[in-house]
Amino acid sequence: MAKSALLKSSLAKKYWMAFTGLFLCVFLVGHLAGNLQLLVSGEGARDQFNEYALFMTTNPVVRILSIVTFVSILFHAIDGVILTINNRKARPQGYVSFRPSTNSTWSSRNMGILGTVILAFIVIHLVNFWGEMKFGGLDNTMYTTANGDEVKDLYSLTIMTFQDPEWGLVWAFGYLIAMIAIAFHLYHGFGSGFQSLGLNHPQYNSIVRKIGVAFAIIVPLLFAIIPFYIYFVLETI
Amino acid sequence: MNLTLKIWRQKDAKAKGGIQTYQIADVDPDMSFLEMLDVLNEGLVEKGEEPVVFDHDCREGICGTCSLQINGEPHGPDRGVTTCQLHMRKFKDGDTIVIEPFRAKAFPVIKDLIVDRSAFERIQQAGGYVSVNTSGNTQDANSIPIEKEKADAAFFAATCIQCGACVAACKNASAMLFTSAKVSQYALLPQGKVEATKRVLDMVEQMDKEGFGNCTNTGACEIECPKGISLENIARMNREYLKASVV
Ligand code: HEM
Ligand code: FES
Repeated sequence: MAKSALLKSSLAKKYWMAFTGLFLCVFLVGHLAGNLQLLVSGEGARDQFNEYALFMTTNPVVRILSIVTFVSILFHAIDGVILTINNRKARPQGYVSFRPSTNSTWSSRNMGILGTVILAFIVIHLVNFWGEMKFGGLDNTMYTTANGDEVKDLYSLTIMTFQDPEWGLVWAFGYLIAMIAIAFHLYHGFGSGFQSLGLNHPQYNSIVRKIGVAFAIIVPLLFAIIPFYIYFVLETI
Repeated sequence: MNLTLKIWRQKDAKAKGGIQTYQIADVDPDMSFLEMLDVLNEGLVEKGEEPVVFDHDCREGICGTCSLQINGEPHGPDRGVTTCQLHMRKFKDGDTIVIEPFRAKAFPVIKDLIVDRSAFERIQQAGGYVSVNTSGNTQDANSIPIEKEKADAAFFAATCIQCGACVAACKNASAMLFTSAKVSQYALLPQGKVEATKRVLDMVEQMDKEGFGNCTNTGACEIECPKGISLENIARMNREYLKASVV
């Protein structure tokens, strides 16, 4: 009983959802810290970012973390789809008049749609950058850093993607849309994850809520600034 | 005041059902919502038509028998009241009011506006009790000291009247607020601790079996609950269940 309870029950699905969701929040912070190095300009920038990318692809701890991240996204997405389908089935006949806006936020009612947008983004994002890095044609553009490390030039790939005269802005706006989806997803999700894990205490609820709202605004905003900065501000390479 | 009522009519559990429109005149603003429906029904009976069937019992907001989704919200637009305590002064002359049964797979319609809420009963039976020896030597409950905060929280959880508004309001038709209130009212008290592990596992299992949805923490239930049962209870149930599953 106890074992199946932690895998199959309604509450188990929520624990996994919350656990993976909150882990992905931590992942976002790490990812953002890396991306923010793209705001640095000058020749040193190329070295710094590429050395960082090299570290991220070779360090064993980071490798484990990246596997955990992939598994989390997979679990979170599959679990999210199962939950959304089950929840729809729980009310086969809908209301003629239903006014949920009087009692809940839009974000909280559209986590599935927001998640789907995020998932689409993650797939495109992985094909564009991770896939290129791992399997793609970057081999042609090997670059030697000041330290003498020979690396795939992820820096130039990123800058050229967003500085492309035809597609740069399109990519940037696509990126912006995804970040808006993440913002709304986390506007509800951050606090919701704590509640799902049973972490609710009258003394701390409002703090968790405030941190969640701040997180949902600041993190996606910082992510979203970068491609526009690269397009409009950074000198072209 | 004069009102247009759009009411869900359904002959029996198997019939398809649909919205029918009725005009009602001279509604007194001091009437309760159910009294307004009584007046409508008197008119229907006089005309030889089937009266609208709806649930009610105490009509003083304590039994949880009345239900109704009114203009898209369980127990109507007012907060902290049941339909029997909702007054017509909350509406305006000329308003159109849509009246539907609570909707959930686990709450099948029996007739018109009455749904079968016995799923709640079965969840309660699965573990919503404490086993007490009542063979004449029952201990005085007050001899067991209980922290004031815990006693208050348990009492607050126990004010749930099982009306089902939480399920009706939830976009997922989830029964977590109800189940968690019942889990909490015992889990918080020393008498309930003894069977706490089995209780939460069994009640959640029954809840899942009945076909209720899951919780997305939208908070709609708490806002629509006529008794203001708090989401804290759901978090407590989540903790209790986690504890019970790992040990
Ligand atoms: C950066 C990526 C993501 C992060 C940081 C994230 C974070 C979260 C968090 C913290 C929650 C709240 C968990 C809870 O209520 O217990 C959540 C819920 C949810 N997420 Fe995500 N998520 C991400 C991506 C996705 C993706 C790709 C999907 C794809 C379908 C998705 C679908 C959902 C759904 C459906 C819920 C609500 C589940 C429910 O309570 O009914 N999320 N997410
Ligand atoms: S009829 Fe008893 S609560 Fe409304």
